Amino acid sequence: MSAAQTTTATRPREAGAAWRHARHVVTGNPVTALAFALFFLLLLCAALGPFLVPYDPLASDTANALQAPSWAHPFGTDQLGRDILSRVVVATRLDMTVAIASVVLVFALGGLAGVAAGYFGGWTDRVVGRIADTIMAFPLFVLAMGIVAALGNTVTNIVIATAIVNFPLYARLARAEARVRREAGFVQAARLTGNGEWRILLTQILPNILPIMAVQVSLTMGYAILNAAGLSFIGLGVRPPMPEWGIMVAEGASFIVSGEWWVALFPGLALMLAVFCFNLLGDGLRDIVDPQRRG
Amino acid sequence: MHRRSLLASALAAPFVPKLAAAQTAAPSRRETLLLVQEYGPNSLDMQGIGSAQPVNGVSVNCYDRLLRFKPVPLPGGDGSTFKIDQLEGELAESWQVASDGMSATFRLREAKFHSGRAVSAKDVKWSLDRAVSIGGFATTQMAAGSLEKAEQFVAVDDRTFRIDFLRKDKMTLPNLAVTIPFVFDSELAQRNGGGDPWAKEWLKNNVAGSGAFRVESWKPGVETIYVRNDDWTSGTLPTLRRVITRDIPSPSTRRALIERGDADISYGLPPKDFKDLIEAGKVKVVGVPVPNALWTVALNAATGPFTDVRLRQAVAWAMPYEKIMQASLFGRGVPMWGATGEATTAWPQPYPYNTDIARARALVQQAAPGGVTTTLIFDAGAATIAEPMAVLIKEALAPIGITVELQKIPGANFRGELNKKTAPMAINRFGGWLDYPDYYFFWNYHGNNSIFNISSYQNPEMDKLIDAARFTADPAEYKRDVEAFVSMAMREVPAIPLAQPLHDVAMQKNIGGYQFLPSREPDFRSLTKG
Amino acid sequence: MRTVLLRLLGALPALAGVILVTFLLTRVLPGDTASYFAGPTASAESIAQIRAELGLDRPLPEQFFRYVTALAQGDLGMSLTTGQPVLADLTARLPASVELTLAALLLAMGIAIPLGILAAVKQGSWADHLCRIVVTAGVSLPVFFTGLLLVYVFYFILGWSPAPLGRLDAFASAPPTVTGLYLVDSLLAGDMETFRASLAQMALPVATLGLFALAPIARISRGSMLAVLSADFVRTARASGLSPRYVILTYAFRNAMLPVLTTLGMVFSFLLGANVLVEKVFAWPGVGSYAVEALIASDFAPVQGFVLTMAILYVLLNLAIDLLYGLVDPRARMDA
Repeated sequence: MSAAQTTTATRPREAGAAWRHARHVVTGNPVTALAFALFFLLLLCAALGPFLVPYDPLASDTANALQAPSWAHPFGTDQLGRDILSRVVVATRLDMTVAIASVVLVFALGGLAGVAAGYFGGWTDRVVGRIADTIMAFPLFVLAMGIVAALGNTVTNIVIATAIVNFPLYARLARAEARVRREAGFVQAARLTGNGEWRILLTQILPNILPIMAVQVSLTMGYAILNAAGLSFIGLGVRPPMPEWGIMVAEGASFIVSGEWWVALFPGLALMLAVFCFNLLGDGLRDIVDPQRRG
Repeated sequence: MHRRSLLASALAAPFVPKLAAAQTAAPSRRETLLLVQEYGPNSLDMQGIGSAQPVNGVSVNCYDRLLRFKPVPLPGGDGSTFKIDQLEGELAESWQVASDGMSATFRLREAKFHSGRAVSAKDVKWSLDRAVSIGGFATTQMAAGSLEKAEQFVAVDDRTFRIDFLRKDKMTLPNLAVTIPFVFDSELAQRNGGGDPWAKEWLKNNVAGSGAFRVESWKPGVETIYVRNDDWTSGTLPTLRRVITRDIPSPSTRRALIERGDADISYGLPPKDFKDLIEAGKVKVVGVPVPNALWTVALNAATGPFTDVRLRQAVAWAMPYEKIMQASLFGRGVPMWGATGEATTAWPQPYPYNTDIARARALVQQAAPGGVTTTLIFDAGAATIAEPMAVLIKEALAPIGITVELQKIPGANFRGELNKKTAPMAINRFGGWLDYPDYYFFWNYHGNNSIFNISSYQNPEMDKLIDAARFTADPAEYKRDVEAFVSMAMREVPAIPLAQPLHDVAMQKNIGGYQFLPSREPDFRSLTKG
Repeated sequence: MRTVLLRLLGALPALAGVILVTFLLTRVLPGDTASYFAGPTASAESIAQIRAELGLDRPLPEQFFRYVTALAQGDLGMSLTTGQPVLADLTARLPASVELTLAALLLAMGIAIPLGILAAVKQGSWADHLCRIVVTAGVSLPVFFTGLLLVYVFYFILGWSPAPLGRLDAFASAPPTVTGLYLVDSLLAGDMETFRASLAQMALPVATLGLFALAPIARISRGSMLAVLSADFVRTARASGLSPRYVILTYAFRNAMLPVLTTLGMVFSFLLGANVLVEKVFAWPGVGSYAVEALIASDFAPVQGFVLTMAILYVLLNLAIDLLYGLVDPRARMDA
């Protein structure tokens, strides 16, 4: 959930050394390698999915509703006769968008706020701390539910809700890292050469903590997708007929008991695979970033 | 209630060995019914403001009314339903409408409240006065049958009660059989009212009735347990001695419970589950077409693109009726399209449209050659049925030039959205308790613009016909007016009927005696088990 | 004592923030509670009547003031969906959620901590990888999906689990209330049958929720154990010739558990949020399902009450953990 306190501050490594180190870790750790491969597969599906699928994910064909998996429809069809394989692949784009957009937003907001809090201290620190505490005091899923219910169930609002809910984590992390690096050698050097405080923050400190935050980022991506799925179950997910794994699982869940297991299983597997991949990625990235701090 | 059973068991204690197998024994599983529902009552007082749908069930089972609907056997033989004009006495032993038709006098039978006190006409007056004064849904429903003022209700003597009519209205007597005008133990209520003349707080949490069942325990959000009132005289004593209704929000779980036999009876499952259960044949499903009810797509006739009747007709011709029946209702509905003859007085009745894309396209070319972009709203709470409908409609209208954006509105907001009267298209289900076509049209197409007139349809011609049909005593005139306004609605299509919904209830094969009522809540009084 | 008071005071701004934000959120919710509860055939007048009765026609600051004043007197308002005072509802339903969450936490700890330690001790081995995979899989599925799958497999198909009817079978009766936790109460009353029945009903929901908590606990156990195992004092212990088992269990384990303890607090509050979905699937009469049903119906008071209760619980829990941590580890006692 949160990384342990670091005891050393390091300068950004040389790019070549970092790459070699990464390769070393990946080859020594097959699970991480698998996670990376899966991640690239997901990106591929997101980018090219709509062009590769056999059927139009939105085309209904009620005469063929709820067909079991077959050669014509490897994942079967759903209650409106739409091909589930096509929908699952096309949904990758939306879910990856939700995941990536959420982390970009929370990283920007939380990271920046946290770094500013850690670097400047004083009032900034107190305000950011209070905001983070207030958010953390909420049961997080209920807060996300409330935000989406209040703002309306669009993809944008789901992303916003996920970002708000994860804000404290990033703010805390960034703050801790920034505090440690505040008086580091390279920062003092930058100050001496006349860089303004904000410049230092953005160009020196923020890039420095990126690797450590990267670990958290991959975990948050997984959480973002699960969050969207949970909201869909309550009825606050994306609007129909958009294909999105979470809403497909939520809709398909009601067909499990009647024996049409495939409607929920395949999107569920895709979802699980993606989140699984992100979680393993997070672990792997942690190993790459600093082997001393595994865990 | 606990006290009573404790007292009973204490008194019976010395005799227990002798009465071992008899009445003082706790209700056996055979005499107990387990019903699983999505959510239970949020009050025990159906007249109270804010009472949700399941509270109707409390009213049906724990309270008596003057009249009730006579059981009319269902065609399949699986239970009974009702007919709006076939009434029988509940608290009323007999009744008579005056020769001038402006009042009705009821003779009350000898009945007792749960408290032991005899039911008297002044209790009836208090209860009906309350219904017309308390406001909210109760008062509106009373007014729908011309029961509007406390002065109309007269307690002639202890066992005689009279209602004076404001006008001759065929709906007055049937309106006495619905779940609103039930009879409270007025003395008990007033004693506990704490200053409130209508004892709203107390009656919300306590039953003060004379009905066939008492509430043994009420845990809102968890379960409600009913226990039989052995002294009930307003009808045949129920065979069930105890009824447990448990709240299980997930429909999948409810279905699993029914299929495995762990629950006796359930309703409110998705239509597909009922279809599957019928096909599997392990449990009994009774599906009754809900009288006066329709799933419709309402088109806004006051603002937006659909003020043009040609576009409304285009949508009616483009509607994917068969697909909707298959993929959304799974056959659990009565088709309301493809009529070939003239309008009749039956309601609901099919409209003369069917899926004819060419005709639809031609109309759109005439009315809006550049195409139309619009929105369709539906209730997220009804998403199981409404969402597939919406998706299919969106898909069907796209090729003829009407681009539809779907908006799923969370349950609490849906009424608010409808009230705004700005939505161009809306999927809705309406069912009137009083099964008359003029009743339906009054709420849905009259210029008084009630919340149910989603299309905001305003047509003085229509209003004239509806008002005339509502109060005429001449059957020939009635037939003419009804056929006229139905034909008008068919031509004007402010709302396109899709299907008449079936109210499905699933029960174990050993459950019998099902009785369907306008409020659609289960009636435990006639159910048998084993 | 002073630290306790200081910490409590320090938490007040967060609580105030929670109250304000919840209030605003529920008022911003686009539902019109009045028209929802006025019922199907309501006219504009009856909707307005209900709105006035509920006090929703007053300006926002006035509504907020009334809310806070009532709060100070312990009045959390009325729920429109159950028709009961929110405080009564919450008090009645909280034990169910607490029992579920605690049991899930204990189950998760029982599996994840040994697993994490094993993975740390045998780092890089197949056991390590297996631990990672198994534990991560548990947290990668949406919790409601896992729940429904378990119901399907263990109840519907296999019939091993009893009907998911809630905390107890419909024909059984609850043990006399002492804590509200059926397992504890039935043991106190010596009623083994009710104990077994409650345990059986709890099996599936606890498993579903527990699966979700496995990953973070295992991860932190593993990480913390790894850090401790490479510490100097452990190296010394090993060099002194102490048996590996003794080193691991007595030296490393105790020290490794400290960060795990902190995480447990976060995991617990995380679970309290996640059990909202589990409660819905299993018809568990807890505060989570209560809040969700209320939120969907735009019924503000229960949502506000629920969030406030959870926030207070969270603050108290963190305080307790901090104090515990301070007791156990003197190094952590003086901190901000």
